[in-house]
Amino acid sequence: MHTKTLKALSELLKDKTISSRELTQHYIDRIDQYNDAINAVVHIDRERCLKAADSVDQRRSQDDQGLSVLAGIPLMNKDIFCTVSEPTTCASKALQGYQSPFDATIIKNCRDAGMVMFGKCNMDEFAMGGSNENSFYGPTKNPWDLSRVPGGSSGGSAAAIAARLTPAVTGTDTGGSIRQPSAFCGITGIKPSYGVISRYGVVAFASSLDQAGPMACSAEDCALLLSQMASYDPAHDMTSVRQQDYDYTTNLNDSLKGLRVGLPKEYFDHFADADIEKCMQAAIDEFKKLGVECVEISLPDVKHCISAYYTIAPCEASSNLARFDGNIYGYRSPNSRDIDSMYSASRSEAFGNEVKRRIVMGTYALSSGYSNDYYSKAQNIRNLIRHDFDEAWQKVDIILAPTTPSVAFKIDQFCNDPIKMYQQDVFTIPVNLAELPALSMPVGFAHQMPVGMQIIGPRWQEKRILNCAHQFQTITDWHTRIPEQFA
Amino acid sequence: MGKRWHVVIGLEVHAQLTTKTKLFSESSTLYGASPNDQANYVDCALPGTLPVLNREAVHQAIRFGLATHSEVQNRISFDRKNYYYPDLPKGYQITQHYRPILQGGYVDINVDGEAKRIHIHHSHLEEDAGKSNHDYSKTHTGIDLNRAGMPLLEIVSQPEMRSPQEAVAYIKALHKLIVFLEICDGNMQEGSMRVDVNVSIRESETAPFGTKVEIKNINSFKFVEKALNYEILRQAEILESGGVIQQETRLFDEASGTTIFMRGKEDAHDYRYHKDPDIPYIDIDEATIEAIRQQMPESPSDKKQRYLDMYQLSDYDAGIISQDKGFATLFDQIIALKTCTAKTLANWILGPIAGAVNKTNCSLSQSKVGFKAVATLLSMIDDQTISNNNAKLVFEKMWDTGKDPQTIIREEGLEEISDQSIIQAMIDQVLSENPSQLEQYKQGNGKLAGFFVGQVMKKGQGKVNPKIANQMLQTTLKSLLDDKP
Repeated sequence: MHTKTLKALSELLKDKTISSRELTQHYIDRIDQYNDAINAVVHIDRERCLKAADSVDQRRSQDDQGLSVLAGIPLMNKDIFCTVSEPTTCASKALQGYQSPFDATIIKNCRDAGMVMFGKCNMDEFAMGGSNENSFYGPTKNPWDLSRVPGGSSGGSAAAIAARLTPAVTGTDTGGSIRQPSAFCGITGIKPSYGVISRYGVVAFASSLDQAGPMACSAEDCALLLSQMASYDPAHDMTSVRQQDYDYTTNLNDSLKGLRVGLPKEYFDHFADADIEKCMQAAIDEFKKLGVECVEISLPDVKHCISAYYTIAPCEASSNLARFDGNIYGYRSPNSRDIDSMYSASRSEAFGNEVKRRIVMGTYALSSGYSNDYYSKAQNIRNLIRHDFDEAWQKVDIILAPTTPSVAFKIDQFCNDPIKMYQQDVFTIPVNLAELPALSMPVGFAHQMPVGMQIIGPRWQEKRILNCAHQFQTITDWHTRIPEQFA
Repeated sequence: MGKRWHVVIGLEVHAQLTTKTKLFSESSTLYGASPNDQANYVDCALPGTLPVLNREAVHQAIRFGLATHSEVQNRISFDRKNYYYPDLPKGYQITQHYRPILQGGYVDINVDGEAKRIHIHHSHLEEDAGKSNHDYSKTHTGIDLNRAGMPLLEIVSQPEMRSPQEAVAYIKALHKLIVFLEICDGNMQEGSMRVDVNVSIRESETAPFGTKVEIKNINSFKFVEKALNYEILRQAEILESGGVIQQETRLFDEASGTTIFMRGKEDAHDYRYHKDPDIPYIDIDEATIEAIRQQMPESPSDKKQRYLDMYQLSDYDAGIISQDKGFATLFDQIIALKTCTAKTLANWILGPIAGAVNKTNCSLSQSKVGFKAVATLLSMIDDQTISNNNAKLVFEKMWDTGKDPQTIIREEGLEEISDQSIIQAMIDQVLSENPSQLEQYKQGNGKLAGFFVGQVMKKGQGKVNPKIANQMLQTTLKSLLDDKP
């Protein structure tokens, strides 16, 4: 069952060849068998999941008219989404035992569609990190090589898909946190345009950049999931933007003939890794077979993206994380004597090093006397990068680029060198700064590890991106590969 | 104070708006609920919650802007002011630091007959914090988040007031205006209007400003004046004894009538202001402003002009009635019924009605008297079915009991005498009791007719219908003259 696409599973459920209980039980068995090796799943209430599956089966046995195409399919969620059915901890000590009284809008949409909420995935604490090493629950391991990281911050989500512990997961992407782990784990994940999926119930890291999205085995699966997840949510979220329609599957089979594809030289010029370059070339050749026309383009200001991102994101984070003060909810230090020591002890004991580092950076950059030098300047760079992309869309319909400069690195490789770690995000960050949609999909292997390629589109052009990725996946089979150990 | 010091005062007035829900959440804004009954997920800053702006608060701010001739900005931002406090669950307050909704504007005040225009620097929207309760336990502080997220309009004046009296006049004028505009209930006991005072002193009107001291969170006109008087004296004493004023924030202590040190400049927070990334820029178009302008309640000055033009009230009467929301509403309601003259109505509003309001400390809207009952009473005066003096007695009873005027007149035996035979008997009696006046009248002193009317009214204890009495007296006197040999 775990090698089937969502569409295939949906049809099996619909014609009652399998029940949701059987499907859910199958994945529970896989979690019991494999999760210890990779530490991708951090909360799961098996009984509750099976009950949810039963209730869909029961509805189907009475009348399947109102059931959505994804009804009965398990969906695992990054531990950053508020869910009433599991704890919501952001893999932090600060939120141990925290139970949200409400579902995030994305969760509510999927629950209403009859999907079975299937536990929570490991992640970097508060989504800060690119290796999943910054988790209170310990690191997640890459199913392709257990000595390597799965990427982050949605590392648990990506590893769970790669090991086929669930057919579908949610992730969030602030600077690449869906696409980079998707690339490292050989799966497909899309970060929609900022505003497509409501941020209500997504614990905020950097509000102007955070965007949730689906991760799965294929572009088609992602299109089905995105159609359930996206919604206009003005009652809860002022950054939610109404879309013309919410069926992202309509254009999957459009021809790519004549599509203008941009290859930004800033991404392709200085490959550190020749094997990744080969994979990129081979993928571009496949796209040419599909009839696209490739042109070189330039995005001159993306070279400043890391400095801009690592100013804006920590600034917003330093303010967003102020609420974790041990007062109303979350961890409160037993070592506090008065209000000041309650704040300092609770926060010092609750947050991990990376979170603290970013809070300190953001607090510093926003301080009076510095905010013009840092925060305002970073906003200016952000505008320049937006402008670069706007120029590019005059010439091309989509942009292809590598997702990461290297394949998944070894656990502990960069954990004492934050700057090097941050530089791993160089290819993914510009998309967040420009609020664009982008998908990462597997296009081959280098050093026996999966290699990911990004498809970047103009804002609100999720369908075009999914169309390109699906067409690529109809003539290739990289997305069907499963690590041997988890087959 | 040895010297004559020149005082400079600027005020920040926080007015709580009258929206039904909070500035960024769906919680109710009603006053007086049990602690935390009106605090929802957003107000508690639960993880994953986001602010959603209450547009009605924006509209109310625009209303204030139009009434004070402020510039309503086309694009506004909401910004975060970061600081830690237990009654601030997000760890930041959402305010408008970079792009406030209103720039400029002014309010006219009047102190001892002297008019002065106080300019507004800007006005901005912001959310209130919750309340910390230290009385509830010796070891713990209670947090009530009912107030957290309440919508406030902060009105920041230019430092243009030159005395505590001017400051109080300005606050009173603002208070009157925001109540008139229905954007604030003006209830100062419940904290609906709170004032931060900035005050400094200098040796002459042309000297540079002295170091200012801020006194925070004063919630009555009286306390503003007391706090300022005390603070001016304190600063003068420091300077006169060779000291230096420290820039600091102080609190007004109601019990002692003094100001107390709260924090110095070195303890000032670095609020790390930045635009709230959860709230996009809000664009306010001309059509929105125009629609609000159309729905604006008439401003006191426009109202005054209308009273002068349409009803020929005196400048003084028109001024006082138009400035008071209760009086103006009553005037407009009764004049629309066209049952009495504008003059009678104005005299009554500023006379017996104002008297009752002052005496009982009860506003018109809270009183038992409806405008229709007042209109009935006044129409009876105008068509002379009741005397003005008796009408005053009737009104007092109306105010106390809420009964309608006809009932009171009947119960108190104040009903008019209109039986012609009774009135004729009174006339005859008056004429026979005053032979010398009658003689003078006969010899051509026509003015004495009024004297006879007065005597008849007196005899009837004011109950005689003056119209009928007058008519009958004229007839009687005429026949007496005709009989003259």
